[in-house]
Amino acid sequence: MTPSPTNRLTSGGRIDRTQPLSFRFNGKPLQGYSGDTIASALLANGIGTVNRSFKYHRPRGVMSAGVEETNALLTVSGGNGDIPVVRTTVRALVDGQLIKSPSGFPNVNFDLGRVLDFTHRFWAAGFYNKLFKWPSWRWYEGTVRRMAGLGKLPDGEDGNKYFHHNVHCDVLIVGAGPAGLAAALGCANSGARVLLVEQDHELGGSLLADGAQINAIDSDTWLSRTTSTLEDAANVTVMTSSTVSGYYDHNVLTITDRSTTGVVRFWKVRAKEVLLATGAFEQPLVFENNDRPGVMLANAAMTYVLRYAVKPAHVMVVATNNDTAYRVAFALHDNGVRVPAIVDSRENIAEEVSKEAGERGIPIMAGSVVLDTVGTKALTRVSVGRLSNDGRSTVDPTSVIACQGLAMSGGFNPNCSLYSQAGGSLRYDAQLACFVPDEEKACRQRVTVAGAANGKFSLADALTEGARAGSTVTGEAGFACSPAEVATSALGSYHLKAMRITPTGDTSRQWVDFAHDVTVADIELAVRENFVSVEHLKRYTTVGMAVDQGKTSNLNALTLLAELTDRSVEEVGTTTFRPPFMPVPMGAIAGPQHGDFYAPARLLPAHDWHVDHGAVFENYGPWKRPEYYATNGRDRETAIREEVLALRRSAGLFDGSPLGKIEITGPDAGEFLNRIYVNNALTLKPGRVRYGIMLSENGIVIDDGVFARLADDCYLVSTTTANADHITAWLEQWHQCEWPDLNLVISTVTSQWAVATLAGPNARTLLQEIESDIDFSVQALPHMTLTTGTFLGMHARVQRVSFSGEMSFEISVPALDGRQVMETLMNSGGDRITLIGIEALTILRTEKGYLHVGGDTDGMTNALDIGFGGIVARKKTDFVGKRSLLRGGDQRKDRRQFVGVEPLNDNEELESGAHFITSQREGRRSQGVVTSACFSPTLNRVIGLGLLEGGFARKGETVTVFDDGRTFDVRITDPTFYDPGGEKMNA
Amino acid sequence: MKGYSFLSLARQALNRHQGWPVAWRTPELKKNYDVVIIGAGGHGLATAYYLAKNHQIKNIAVLEKGSLGGGNTGRNTQITRSNYFWPQSAAFFDHSLKLYEGLSRELNFNVMLSQRGLLTLAHSLHELEGIQRWANAIRINEIEAEILSPIEVKKLVPLIDIDCRFPVHGGFIQRRGGISRHDAVVWGYARAASAYGVDIIQQCEVTALNIQSGRVTGVQTTRGTIGADKISIAVAGHTTELARMADFRVPITSMPLQAMVSEPIKPCLHTVVMSPVIHMYVSQSDRGELVIGGGADLYNSYAQRGGIPLLQENIAAVLELFPAFTRLRLMRQWAGIVDITPDTSPVMGLTPLQNLYISGGWGTGGYKAIPAGGDTMAYTIVHDEAHPLIEDFGLARFETGALIDEGAASGVSH
Ligand SMILES: Cc1cc2nc3c(=O)[nH]c(=O)nc-3n(C[C@H](O)[C@H](O)[C@H](O)COP(=O)(O)OP(=O)(O)OC[C@H]3O[C@@H](n4cnc5c(N)ncnc54)[C@H](O)[C@@H]3O)c2cc1C
Repeated sequence: MTPSPTNRLTSGGRIDRTQPLSFRFNGKPLQGYSGDTIASALLANGIGTVNRSFKYHRPRGVMSAGVEETNALLTVSGGNGDIPVVRTTVRALVDGQLIKSPSGFPNVNFDLGRVLDFTHRFWAAGFYNKLFKWPSWRWYEGTVRRMAGLGKLPDGEDGNKYFHHNVHCDVLIVGAGPAGLAAALGCANSGARVLLVEQDHELGGSLLADGAQINAIDSDTWLSRTTSTLEDAANVTVMTSSTVSGYYDHNVLTITDRSTTGVVRFWKVRAKEVLLATGAFEQPLVFENNDRPGVMLANAAMTYVLRYAVKPAHVMVVATNNDTAYRVAFALHDNGVRVPAIVDSRENIAEEVSKEAGERGIPIMAGSVVLDTVGTKALTRVSVGRLSNDGRSTVDPTSVIACQGLAMSGGFNPNCSLYSQAGGSLRYDAQLACFVPDEEKACRQRVTVAGAANGKFSLADALTEGARAGSTVTGEAGFACSPAEVATSALGSYHLKAMRITPTGDTSRQWVDFAHDVTVADIELAVRENFVSVEHLKRYTTVGMAVDQGKTSNLNALTLLAELTDRSVEEVGTTTFRPPFMPVPMGAIAGPQHGDFYAPARLLPAHDWHVDHGAVFENYGPWKRPEYYATNGRDRETAIREEVLALRRSAGLFDGSPLGKIEITGPDAGEFLNRIYVNNALTLKPGRVRYGIMLSENGIVIDDGVFARLADDCYLVSTTTANADHITAWLEQWHQCEWPDLNLVISTVTSQWAVATLAGPNARTLLQEIESDIDFSVQALPHMTLTTGTFLGMHARVQRVSFSGEMSFEISVPALDGRQVMETLMNSGGDRITLIGIEALTILRTEKGYLHVGGDTDGMTNALDIGFGGIVARKKTDFVGKRSLLRGGDQRKDRRQFVGVEPLNDNEELESGAHFITSQREGRRSQGVVTSACFSPTLNRVIGLGLLEGGFARKGETVTVFDDGRTFDVRITDPTFYDPGGEKMNA
Repeated sequence: MKGYSFLSLARQALNRHQGWPVAWRTPELKKNYDVVIIGAGGHGLATAYYLAKNHQIKNIAVLEKGSLGGGNTGRNTQITRSNYFWPQSAAFFDHSLKLYEGLSRELNFNVMLSQRGLLTLAHSLHELEGIQRWANAIRINEIEAEILSPIEVKKLVPLIDIDCRFPVHGGFIQRRGGISRHDAVVWGYARAASAYGVDIIQQCEVTALNIQSGRVTGVQTTRGTIGADKISIAVAGHTTELARMADFRVPITSMPLQAMVSEPIKPCLHTVVMSPVIHMYVSQSDRGELVIGGGADLYNSYAQRGGIPLLQENIAAVLELFPAFTRLRLMRQWAGIVDITPDTSPVMGLTPLQNLYISGGWGTGGYKAIPAGGDTMAYTIVHDEAHPLIEDFGLARFETGALIDEGAASGVSH
């Protein structure tokens, strides 16, 4: 059969015939209208085969008119790269769009891959588990991988913009079909904040292709009136083209909002009450070759005719097990599609539908099922057989009906994905032969289900239940509300027979899951091999695991599994639905968090000033900090060396603003810190500073830094820059969870203060030249003390602490004054002051033998390993980690301990990350690591720090080091290479 | 056990696959067993298999409260590697990787081990030093590790944006690392164990342990009481629950760990990429889905579902490194309950009770350990003494302080 040039009806539908749109399908120019989806436009042009199936490369056509589509998942270019796996049944047609079938070699109409279909017997479920073990999977993997995948990674730049939004509401109604609309109508003007979310670009759901009467007007008119009522209601927010994709704990739901072209918004909604009016999915019938182009869901056929004014085919057989497909047959018939027969598996057909069929002259074949279909690219005929009395086989003769399409209805299955995500349980309703929300079992969230999603498949029931549920949930949310008045005279019968699977035929040609090419035979095989739990069946056959997540396959698979294992469907159960309900672009989930906004960089208060002074920045945790200053065109190495030497000779100025600063205030501040620090915090006098370390419960060093007592009830804790946030949280945890009785407040003040550290032999002289009421003399302000005063007219706090080993003043001023401090000091110091970057500071502290927690220590280093044994022994009271330090393992003499190292050979490149190793004779193994290493400009040789087994007792020993395949010898030394007596620092 | 081979498949194909036997039996529950293993995840099943195969124990049951492989083994992101920092871990995990390398043939079941290489990234000089430290440790343990420059990283994985917010400073790769198919591992072990006569009992939850003067004698289950000479616990996220039944405490906390996959696309990523600092890892499965993971949701829970904040962080991290993935869609998100110890190393071996053994604390990384875990636990159960490879992983270390902290070296969940 050659498809007719156009299957478009001349009138009707919700398309705009005044706005034609051009597009291409696999290169061929075609035309559609505004209001079309891509799929409806393809059908209008008589395109039967749109794609090839995943495994067997069989020709496939459009099978649905909704999000459950399994076949028409095509590649679409619309100015933003080629996007794969586009559900063309719901994607609006846009002028100039290029649509491609992702599979088919050389093309979708003639695909060499079809050879897999002809040899399909070899590729039954789980075949790859049984094969490809010799010589190894690697030999086959490439080929198998290339065959999988639905389209290619989009190339080029992503032109979309992604935003995040957060919103609270009283009532969230998901789905604007009859039930959702009836519910929303009731809450309009109730005062509750109502959010109505619909994934389609229009409200209406099934009403968009219905034609029934509501409140004695036609549904189209009712729909447009309702839409304007809701849009006018101040308390109702209507979102279209927006899909609720996830339902998380605490009634938080996520929405993917595509209502603006080129923008995807990801919403998080926290709702007091949720009403799910998410509808139901029609289920396919299972018979031989039920996957051919031209076979589609009945409801979809009706949607194409009524909503898009497209005849899916000129002659269509309707096959069903329930009443709803009769309305489809009538709609098709009334719009010029010839319906040669309604094949109905039920023996007795209700008068109300059979009469109407008779009036239209549509023959009904009762008690019959479709056996098989014929046609290569499109249907040419179907064969139909009568069911035997027990329904387990069919009896001759078989009738053959010529047709071009087949609309099938296996009844509906509620769309319960969100309900299940919310924690709701489902139960199998034998009468409706589907899973419905189990009202007996309470759900942990505030959620209600109404309409088809709750198994109310007739329009009348959906409207009534929706209206009632709307007012109930609004009431629950605390707002008075009465149900909206909605009534319909529409035909409401369902009368389903629980029969979807034709009992005869070649089961390896009866499709259960179109998307993954899973057949009845695959399920039989799984059962034969004892994959009889739902999870096993699903994973073994991959049924329901494709991009549609089983919307049209799970139910049939479970029904089959139940039959084949002589269990009820209830016993078999279902798998849990996982978010998202519909796939969400990853860009939307991340939102604007990328590039500069991915972990936004934290800048120093005087950032621009540093830029002006030639700073070369690096990332240090979230901070951008000067690594070194490339003044006078110096290269990195020269700059760093000169910075080190300048500080040692005269003075260096370092911006220490990112250092973590936490204030602990309250009568119990001292007691609290005494429990946190290894060191005694209570004996510290106001105005004094102490170096301390913090441990985890396991005695592991997690942070170090100085803490100062600002007043009797106020301490200032400094943490390492990288750990600042973590330590704040850690302190809060101890305070809130373990010692809530302690009276204190923890506040982070890191970014409130700018810190300029001036260090070096000339530091004091330089400071004394500056206008200040602070006495910088060693008597007034010795090492490890703190004072406050005015400095250049600013409020300043000055701490005598040193990381470089030189006399050092840490001047803290309000962050906004940061630039001024740096500038004034630099200007007044002239040549005598040099700016110091992080790398120089790292060398300075290595020379001094000061450790860097997280670099010179690791997750195994305890307080004793870094020489805190004495302090630990002296502290009588308990502190975090103390108990762990008492264990034998923590006190062993052969633990990795903090040492200094220097290569025996001066020219040897010692690098951080090298390992100390034992000799070959002992069996080579690591006995520790070099944790810091550098060339010391001060000492003019290479030095390093490390953690070495039994290191404390091994000073002077020669040890072999391994690095990247190279080995050489080093000497173990004391970690302090510079000024061991501390005279310079204390000056 | 009827062999799976090309020939048998061809024969069965002609026969419409009518002749395949069950992959594992559904046995009658007996009153007594020599060994009862609680939990039919990878570890429980592998232990049963090696008990039967290596130690000729005949009378074994594996009790599973749900369906076999439905726990973490069926939810994980399938990464296998042996690039561990501490020698004890390296020896154990490399033993595991070697067993994995022969597993498809050993079990006569293709577990689809794909040794496509596992790349670990560094995003600063400091991290690069950490990676050097780590790679050196691995090489001293006689396992291969190759340091890569940023250019080499880019060449290996062109989709990585090495100039992202935290530019890639380099990385290292273990070429033998990769992924395999978790379900196949579970099914392969179940099938092979069942063929040796192991009774795998599903839908059978252990509710209490029978204890007489410090030794276990059996279990109470939802299907009645079962006597056992020896009992081994392999229940991952529920380890604390089982320990409670045995009246001892384990230093384990349980929390949800999420994983997620994108819609399947044609092959575009041929390496497993992991960034301990940006906190994400990603690989592309043979089916074409991007398989993504990151850190655990930091709250205690037995509910197998994850939250939004971690999802967002995880995806943002992936996109920062792989901007080309923004237009791909996330298809499924789930979580398993992981059992985390203070030093992130497993707990294996004897327990305070006689004849009761434990394999737990696998946390975020026990999938790769399944073969070695099973092998060494089987030995341990038979000899009532820890296998030499797992001596240091006993519960005692939390009393002695001889911890083995891998988190310190690797710091990422996988
Ligand atoms: C999202 C995620 C990603 C991961 N990624 C990786 C990875 O990439 N690489 C890696 O190596 N590891 C990974 N892991 C960790 C790995 O999955 C686990 O460590 C491993 O699977 C544990 O195996 P198991 O057999 O001990 O536990 P499980 O597979 O969880 O099996 C335990 C079984 O015990 C059963 N059980 C519990 N209580 C009882 C009871 N009372 N009676 C009877 N039965 C009971 C459970 O139902 C379950 O089936 C990941 C984990 C998760 C959750």
